[in-house]
Amino acid sequence: MQDFNYHAPKSMDEALAALRGAEGAKLIAGGHSLLPVMKLNLAMPTDLVSLAGVPGLAEIADDGDSVTVGAMCTHAQVAASGVVQGRIPALAAMAEGIGDAQVRNAGTIGGSVAHNDPAADYPAACVALAATIVTDRREIAADDFFQGLFATALAEDEVITAVRFPAPDRAAYAKFANPASKYAVAGVMVAAGADGVRVAVTGASGDGVFRVAEMEAVLAGSFSAEAVAGIAVSSDGMLSDGAAGAEYRAHLVAVMAKRAVEACG
Amino acid sequence: MPTVTMTVNGTQRTGTVEGRTLLAEFLREHLGLTGTHVGCDTSQCGACVVHVDGSSVKSCTCLAVQADGAEITTIEGLANGADLHPMQEAFRDHHGLQCGFCTPGMVMSAIDLANRSPDPSEHEVREWLEGNLCRCTGYHNIVKAVQAGARAMGGGS
Repeated sequence: MQDFNYHAPKSMDEALAALRGAEGAKLIAGGHSLLPVMKLNLAMPTDLVSLAGVPGLAEIADDGDSVTVGAMCTHAQVAASGVVQGRIPALAAMAEGIGDAQVRNAGTIGGSVAHNDPAADYPAACVALAATIVTDRREIAADDFFQGLFATALAEDEVITAVRFPAPDRAAYAKFANPASKYAVAGVMVAAGADGVRVAVTGASGDGVFRVAEMEAVLAGSFSAEAVAGIAVSSDGMLSDGAAGAEYRAHLVAVMAKRAVEACG
Repeated sequence: MPTVTMTVNGTQRTGTVEGRTLLAEFLREHLGLTGTHVGCDTSQCGACVVHVDGSSVKSCTCLAVQADGAEITTIEGLANGADLHPMQEAFRDHHGLQCGFCTPGMVMSAIDLANRSPDPSEHEVREWLEGNLCRCTGYHNIVKAVQAGARAMGGGS
């Protein structure tokens, strides 16, 4: 890993100043996405700006019809939150299935969303639940936020402060996990609520999270596992690696979608 | 170069590190606490698990500067002189180790589980140990040891 200057700001203003102060600066939250890529020299920031000391970023708020999760909340915190378990149990269960206990103790929702790994779980939850990504300067709909492999709508000096999830009528996440890393080989979140029925897939496509319009349309008419079971997903653009080939991944998407609908009850 | 200060096994320790110095490296090479092992260096094997402010984390995926000001407990901080910690005792009683390389991480991880769940089921233990790999295939006795250790801790750390 290349060395870097480390900054531990105590306020958002200090964090933004540090981020703007060096061309190669990056934010670090829990570090569980960033440090592994830095070890491989796939990221070589000149400066790391930690958000750990910025107050107010690790809280979970019940807003009535939605839940706001602070960007620095760990996966363990989301999984154990009474508010999340009560309002959006599918989100708590999804967080409980990320990586392993130690990864969940350190990794954060903001870090995962900003990194936008094509096999991460959170992008599927954000898109299916029609979440809003809240930053230091604006609010971005999840549909507009994720823009392909490791790409997001964030500006270079923009900081995610929270993610706001509307509470759905029902939702569930089904994942076929890589047995070693627990990253999604194919993960499908299905949600039904004020925004209609939304089906979001992670882990499968080289472009990251995507919605399956055909499944959404069918489920809007008949919300049943049988309704999605017959819908084939194209293997075009699907990832192919040691865990699964493109055609198998496409098959898994349909199976996981069916399981997610079943789990919605 | 940054200076870090943290409480390690009850004693305040200060050191000068690079930004990129990992917590595992600081503990092992700066403080000489080589009980924390580094197996994979990719946050998968769990040999490097320590407690940071009471939670188990993988110290190969944490910068020393991120742990500045934190309370750290390593495997060396568990025993009281010759008296082993109940979880260490349980690993010995149940032969929960063969080569021993994964053991420090297993024990630190297990204590975090016991703090959250004083009488964990076999299923709970196996799920919790997802992030701790044993290459001797010794999970059977490790699971027994974790259950016994958790009960022996009686809800205390």
